[in-house]
Amino acid sequence: MQSTLHKPAFNKYRFLWVLFFVMPGLIIVSVVIIYPLFASLLNSLYSWNGFERQAFVGLENFKSLFTKFPYNQRVPNALMNNLKWFFSAMLIQNVFGLLFGYLLSRNIKGHEIYKRLFFMPVLLPIIAVGFLWKLYYNPQFGMFTKIFELLGLARYSQAWLGNAETATYAIIIMNIWRWIGFPTLVFLAALDNIPEDCLESAHLDGASEWKIFSKISFPLIIPSIMVITVLTLIGSINVFEQVYSMAGLDGSPNYATDTLGTLFYRTAFGSQASTIPVVSIGSALSVIIYFLCLIFSVASIVFFQSKEVEL
Amino acid sequence: MKKVLVIFLVFCMALGMLFAGGTSESADKVKLTFSSWRTEDVPVYEELISMFEAENPGISVTYRPYKTEEYQTVLAANFKGGSAADIIHLRAYGNFEQFAQPGYLLPLTKDNIPELEMYSKQSLAGSTSINDGKVYGVPYASQSLVIYYNTALYEELGLKAPKTWAEFMSNLEACKKAGVTPLANGSYTGWMVEVMSGIVGPNFFGGNEFYEELISGKTDFTDVRYQKALEAVASLTPYMPKGFTGLDYVEQQMLFINDMAAHFLGGIWEASYFASQNPDLKFDIFVAPPLKEGDKTLISTYMDGSFGINKASAHQEEAIKFVRFLAQEKAQQFLSDKLGVKTEHPDVVPSSSFLKKVSDPSLSTVPYIMLVGFRYEQPTGSSLVQTGLQALLSGEYDSKRVVNEIQEGVAQYYKPFQK
Repeated sequence: MQSTLHKPAFNKYRFLWVLFFVMPGLIIVSVVIIYPLFASLLNSLYSWNGFERQAFVGLENFKSLFTKFPYNQRVPNALMNNLKWFFSAMLIQNVFGLLFGYLLSRNIKGHEIYKRLFFMPVLLPIIAVGFLWKLYYNPQFGMFTKIFELLGLARYSQAWLGNAETATYAIIIMNIWRWIGFPTLVFLAALDNIPEDCLESAHLDGASEWKIFSKISFPLIIPSIMVITVLTLIGSINVFEQVYSMAGLDGSPNYATDTLGTLFYRTAFGSQASTIPVVSIGSALSVIIYFLCLIFSVASIVFFQSKEVEL
Repeated sequence: MKKVLVIFLVFCMALGMLFAGGTSESADKVKLTFSSWRTEDVPVYEELISMFEAENPGISVTYRPYKTEEYQTVLAANFKGGSAADIIHLRAYGNFEQFAQPGYLLPLTKDNIPELEMYSKQSLAGSTSINDGKVYGVPYASQSLVIYYNTALYEELGLKAPKTWAEFMSNLEACKKAGVTPLANGSYTGWMVEVMSGIVGPNFFGGNEFYEELISGKTDFTDVRYQKALEAVASLTPYMPKGFTGLDYVEQQMLFINDMAAHFLGGIWEASYFASQNPDLKFDIFVAPPLKEGDKTLISTYMDGSFGINKASAHQEEAIKFVRFLAQEKAQQFLSDKLGVKTEHPDVVPSSSFLKKVSDPSLSTVPYIMLVGFRYEQPTGSSLVQTGLQALLSGEYDSKRVVNEIQEGVAQYYKPFQK
């Protein structure tokens, strides 16, 4: 009786209660994500004098990004490096993540220890990992240099970060080492969720391990693959800290490690010892990064949703 | 609900009381703030401020240092948000221009800062706008680029400080033959490669004469003299450490500090750091020797910053008083002694032996080309020469391609190159 009496009052305040709980998150998202996004869009449509907004120039800044030196060289170069990040992550990190997740789901000996070991680097701060790996790559006394020397392969050892051919891959390998535990655990959780009777009946029917994986397990974990792909995509387009901690803002050497993230930061805010800020072009680049993330994320979600299988 | 409200109000009152502390004397004082990127110099500036406060009891100054890498961005945000400090430690050349042009800084003249009379035009160049020709800061310090050498190793190998470039190269060769890494420098840190070009270059491009021709547009970066200067930098690669393309600034410093390399091409600012890191390290400096004995010895120099005033400061009069104090001999001598920097006041006597060497009047100073002349717009000359040299030193580009790219980049905005 009492609860019925209070119900209208609860309904009356329900909206306020919901607002009360949603507000903090909404304020943070608005201030940190939505406002800067629209501010960047607006800023990219104006010319700038230092940090002062000047005249409306329409899409001129976007045009400059693709037609004016040096941006017309830096943007494709950075984009190419972002692609290297994406494909390396998809082909090495996520494929091995799936393999490790599958092996762990088969309850191999010591799988509980492996599970923790794989995930441990994910918990380490990226800046610390970056500096540590920079030391590993040191051509004078780094761990890799010493390993090559111990194996009698010193002539193959080189300045991994100083060589334009290997620099980006050297940073990518660090990131794979650090991050592989994440897809491993996501895939493991997805594989563990597959009903045991499906797998058992396949076994009873004499299906091989590969057949079971490709025809039953894989289609059933498509939602997890979608999540990992979208995260990899967004991570690859936004990659910044890894490069910043190991190669600095300038994408050393000679822009070999430059990504859209470092190029954006350097352009918008300047780099202490080499560049000065150009807010207009920097804003245009940030808008492009945002739309790249949006378009590719939506495209991959649509693609994977069409492949989803339900039991 | 009422209980929560009461607790909140009590908390606010407590917080208010916490910040309301202080004596009536401090409340009467004019409080100035002074922002800087020199986080490592806090004790020195605080001592300097206490000297000023002793002379000016009605004014208190608070030093607000910010992280070096974030300083420009913080300044921009503070100016825009109206919370910039009263006195601003400004970076030199193109880096202060972005604040001068929108009108955030107070132009300094001989009327408001009479001490400016004491400073040479070259000293003021780092804080003079190339757009309106006005001065926006009192010079802080100038930097010079030199060659450090390990005196113990020199003694051991029977070497002498070189008098010509050829002697320097033969010293490098002698170190190499003796199994000592001749140079600690590498190319992974872009700005350090530019520093190397600032040390080696002037002898090959010909100092001020070339610089003047370049600035006026009579010649450009594709000039064979400039190309030769970059090639001279590249000629040092056989003497650099193994894997030099992957060695960053700190790793290069460590090689020299730990007696693992005989020379280090760097700025005069390194001297006190080297000494503090390894008190047993025996080292000295020499300026890059000329090509022929008896020729002028050329040394690249640049202004490292200045002290400016926020135009929107509510206490402009007091801020001017403080900047005048900073411009006087006493403060400049104090900064030179305590920070080991070369200050530009003509009456300051450098106390360190290294500073004395770079202050030798027989040296011909040459502007550090890209910073002084071509770091005002994008792509800056610095970013072009840094990446170009990285590619040249690693063998990815030849010198022709490097100078062409520098020229193409700078010609985007530099009017004398657009004729």
